[in-house]
Amino acid sequence: MIGAEFDYAVAESVDDAIALLAEGGEDAKLLAGGHSLVPLMKLRFAAPSLLVDLRRVDELRGIQTGGDSFRIGALTRHAELQARADMGLVAAVATQIADQQVRNRGTIGGSLAHGDAAADLPAVLLACDGSVVVRGPDGEREIAAADLFEGYLTTTVAHGEVLTEVRLPALTGYGYGYEKFNRRAEDWAMVGVSALVKSDGGVCQDVRIGLTHMGATPLRASAAEDALRGQPLDAEHIAAAAALAADATSPLGDLNATPEYKQHLARVLTRRALTTASAA
Amino acid sequence: MSTVEVPPTKHVGQSLRRKEDPRLITGRATYVDDLALPGMLHAAVVRSPEAHARVVAIDASAALARPGIKAVYTGEDMSDLLAPLPMAWAPPGVEIKTPERWPLVRGHVRHMGDAVALVIGDDKYVVVDAAADVEVEYESLPVVIDVEQALKDEVLVHASLGTNKTHEWSMGGGGDIEQALAASDVVVQRRIVNHRTAGAAMEPRGCIAEYRAGALTVWSSTQVPHLLRLFYAVQMGISEDKVRVIAPEVGGGFGGKLQVCAEETMCAWASRKLGRPVKWIETRSENMAVSHHGRDQVDYVRMGATADGKITAFHAKIIQDLGAYFGLLTPMIPELGAFVMTGCYAIPVVQTDIVGVLTNKFFTDAIRGAGRPEMTHMLEVMIDQLAEELGIDPIELRRRNFIAPEQFPYETPYGITYDSGNYEAALDRALEIVDMEAFRAEQADLRSRGVLRGIGFSTYTEICGLAPSRAVGPSGFGLGIGLYESALVRVHPTGSVTVYTGASPHGQGHETGFAQIVADRVGTDPSVVEIVHGDTATGPMGLGTYGSRSLSVGGVAVAHAAEKIAQKAREIVAHNLEADPADIEVRDGRFSLKGDPDQGMTLAEVAGCAYVDATKMPEGMELGLEQALIYDPSNFVFPFGTHVCVVDVDPETGKVEVVRWVAVDDCGPAVNPMLIDGQVHGGIVHGIGQAIYEQVVYDERGQLVTGTFVDYALPTTMEVPSFETDRTETKSPSNSLGVKGIGEAGTIAATPAIVNAVIDALRHEGISFIDMPLTPLRVWQALEQARGDGNGPRDSEQGASLPAQGEGSAGSGPTIPEGGRS
Repeated sequence: MIGAEFDYAVAESVDDAIALLAEGGEDAKLLAGGHSLVPLMKLRFAAPSLLVDLRRVDELRGIQTGGDSFRIGALTRHAELQARADMGLVAAVATQIADQQVRNRGTIGGSLAHGDAAADLPAVLLACDGSVVVRGPDGEREIAAADLFEGYLTTTVAHGEVLTEVRLPALTGYGYGYEKFNRRAEDWAMVGVSALVKSDGGVCQDVRIGLTHMGATPLRASAAEDALRGQPLDAEHIAAAAALAADATSPLGDLNATPEYKQHLARVLTRRALTTASAA
Repeated sequence: MSTVEVPPTKHVGQSLRRKEDPRLITGRATYVDDLALPGMLHAAVVRSPEAHARVVAIDASAALARPGIKAVYTGEDMSDLLAPLPMAWAPPGVEIKTPERWPLVRGHVRHMGDAVALVIGDDKYVVVDAAADVEVEYESLPVVIDVEQALKDEVLVHASLGTNKTHEWSMGGGGDIEQALAASDVVVQRRIVNHRTAGAAMEPRGCIAEYRAGALTVWSSTQVPHLLRLFYAVQMGISEDKVRVIAPEVGGGFGGKLQVCAEETMCAWASRKLGRPVKWIETRSENMAVSHHGRDQVDYVRMGATADGKITAFHAKIIQDLGAYFGLLTPMIPELGAFVMTGCYAIPVVQTDIVGVLTNKFFTDAIRGAGRPEMTHMLEVMIDQLAEELGIDPIELRRRNFIAPEQFPYETPYGITYDSGNYEAALDRALEIVDMEAFRAEQADLRSRGVLRGIGFSTYTEICGLAPSRAVGPSGFGLGIGLYESALVRVHPTGSVTVYTGASPHGQGHETGFAQIVADRVGTDPSVVEIVHGDTATGPMGLGTYGSRSLSVGGVAVAHAAEKIAQKAREIVAHNLEADPADIEVRDGRFSLKGDPDQGMTLAEVAGCAYVDATKMPEGMELGLEQALIYDPSNFVFPFGTHVCVVDVDPETGKVEVVRWVAVDDCGPAVNPMLIDGQVHGGIVHGIGQAIYEQVVYDERGQLVTGTFVDYALPTTMEVPSFETDRTETKSPSNSLGVKGIGEAGTIAATPAIVNAVIDALRHEGISFIDMPLTPLRVWQALEQARGDGNGPRDSEQGASLPAQGEGSAGSGPTIPEGGRS
């Protein structure tokens, strides 16, 4: 539980962080809340040569509400998100991340850049059709959620780039539900399902379903979404759509679950999340 | 003369707040890792990534080249150690093949994490880096992980032993078990897996060893400082008087620190070699891999009964997974459980057959309850299985077989004498709290709404208060030493009191409970009674804290010493009042004359006579006010009670949630009810952990899968309900306080209550048994199987194993009534 040796630098700005990353070479890593990276370092699963600490970069803090979207600074802590009832699904999900100590330190940017398919927020970004803004030596670019998650603990944020902002549509008029299944309250999700439903007179106008820990990346349950869109939001149609939630997934088994069990959970949790989202 | 009766001030029986807590909760406690000595070096251990291999070569050159590294040692370097690490059980007449275990391996590694080399340096970080630089060449050998596979001897953990089977131990009582089973109207049988768990104390192990000027001092996070002194003396060839062991604050043990740790011997050896203090602090990763594990048995059990529900016979065949070596007590653990195989029932014929088997895993040893949770689990689960088979309510079945209060002292078929008990009373009290009628109505209502609620009972008794020395010592059960306890009570000239105890606590609350006992006896306040423990240089020989022994052995020793002080004080007071000592009593915090309480002396005044003004002492009486003694109990003690667990099972996901817990325990008269509650709470959580959440898992190659608290799922406050505790008080006739142990009772009682509750919730689904841990996956698989094949409970294979774990997780076979009606 003692990590390997590393160098440490504190960035004063995003540009400073970009410069430090460039100097540090390919094994340099950014440090935000540290609640994903530091445990991996202590186990020596990660051994960065340089940590560039972002804690003084105030431009990465704060949530801006503008019209139909939220612009969330990458260093925004989960604890800040959980207090934002106006952020709907995101706040509800943030409340269930690990425990309060972790939520007090962990950041949305760090969680998304880490790209862990078992973490709560990536599938939410995907379900919301949100995006992230990254800045690097070549300037700034926006990456849509659908293009962000590449593989196991891998995102399309390039080495040398800093994830600066998370953009989420306000999704006004959508009901939401989040079902996280784990053995203990503080655990990562064995399977998680976030659902957003827009209803018009009891008929599903739009639906988005994000799946957590059902593959190497967060996923959308597209078949289930397609099955429900335009249908009445009654128990029967919700159940029929939820039955498709695990289609096209191929989760890996682990200590706690077989692939079949995870697919079963995805179907059960999707039905529950859709039911909650439809009732809202 | 006053006629108003003033009740005597009495501290025993009060929920006095723990004297320990202010320092603990404000961060003022001093643990081993808080200590630093001048010139102190740090140690890290190079550990085997292989589960079984020959060590071909060790190249430490890169490690030694690092700045700050002083030395790298291997097993051969430590060949001057005079004895291997100890195993302390040699039962007369039983052959035990003991694999030799040295602090560092000598040629072979036999489990993942086996210690290959020791790196010493002047910085705690650099030694970890250097340990990673030590290059070890291994030649892999075949691995055996499954205990029943190991029994076949196809792969040997220690080739030199010629077998993996180290010993067989059998005990029978009351008659021939096979005849008794054959004569039964009904026999139920099960294969029950009691899986491997970890102690997982909050503070990992650790030590500082300092060898200086011919003497060795070791600060160790241990439950047994005096035993360590003895073993260090033997291993290092140092006279015992030149060895001092100090247990500073110890942050939990659960049996994991009732051990002679390889790493500590290494540090002691290295300190002598280098002439500087050496510190080693276990990492959590090491703690999960190489702090001893517990449980790990495969049990084949059969219970016979008459058609009207009288249990006629109980047989357990226990296959114990020892791991790759023996720790201090490894092969003895299931035997300890065998002593209470009949539980609180009058079972006429019993038989226990134990076989110990080596595997390529870390060794198992005593973890909270040590053998008794496993045995109680078998018994209490089987009672429910039998109840189902007979169609008798499980509570009624228990009542029909309880040993009655008037039968105590009760001798079991094994010749164990239960001291006292009133099992019906504890059960009745639990039922008052629970209200079964209301529960069954609620259960039916919830079931109609898709919530599967179940209730499970465990009416336990256990054997603790270790232990009468003649019974357990070398010529008895075969332990290497008797398990008496010492006390030294010293009244200071100002009347405050210091008490030395050989019991060595690690969270239990001795400083509070023992102070209450002493204060009442010598007429003072617990706040001025300091309890000193955990230092071999302060008090007499002591045996430590484990086996729920501290109060009923150590506490009774303290009480006896305090009573002798009080007797001397009475004589001094009587001398000064010109009264008869028999007329002096302790009242309102002072020694006073019976019937004339205005006449008397405080303890401080008595101490003034004893230490300051010798003219006030009776003629010929020794000065001073101090008493040391050793108390050896005449019998074990047998606490008991009823635990009731209520669970909700999600029928879709299989997730089990404990929603209610009622515990009625009887450990005799309470010294401090709050301390009892604390022990019961922790004990139940420990049981909930094993039953639902925790499992040490190795894969088929012997790699530890559950190496962190992410995968080894200790329950948190979020996973347990608020406990409803109550007590009955049945005195033990075996000691003057009438007390019994309570530290392990919750853990011993808990697991079968949970399994029985889950089965109660799922029986209508056609499920009659599932092995622990009752993970969502395992319960879902059982549900799928029951729903899928549409068969009744007796034909389905429930409790399917977790995938690809190769270890102790296989399910259990069906119940097969064998005897039939004769």
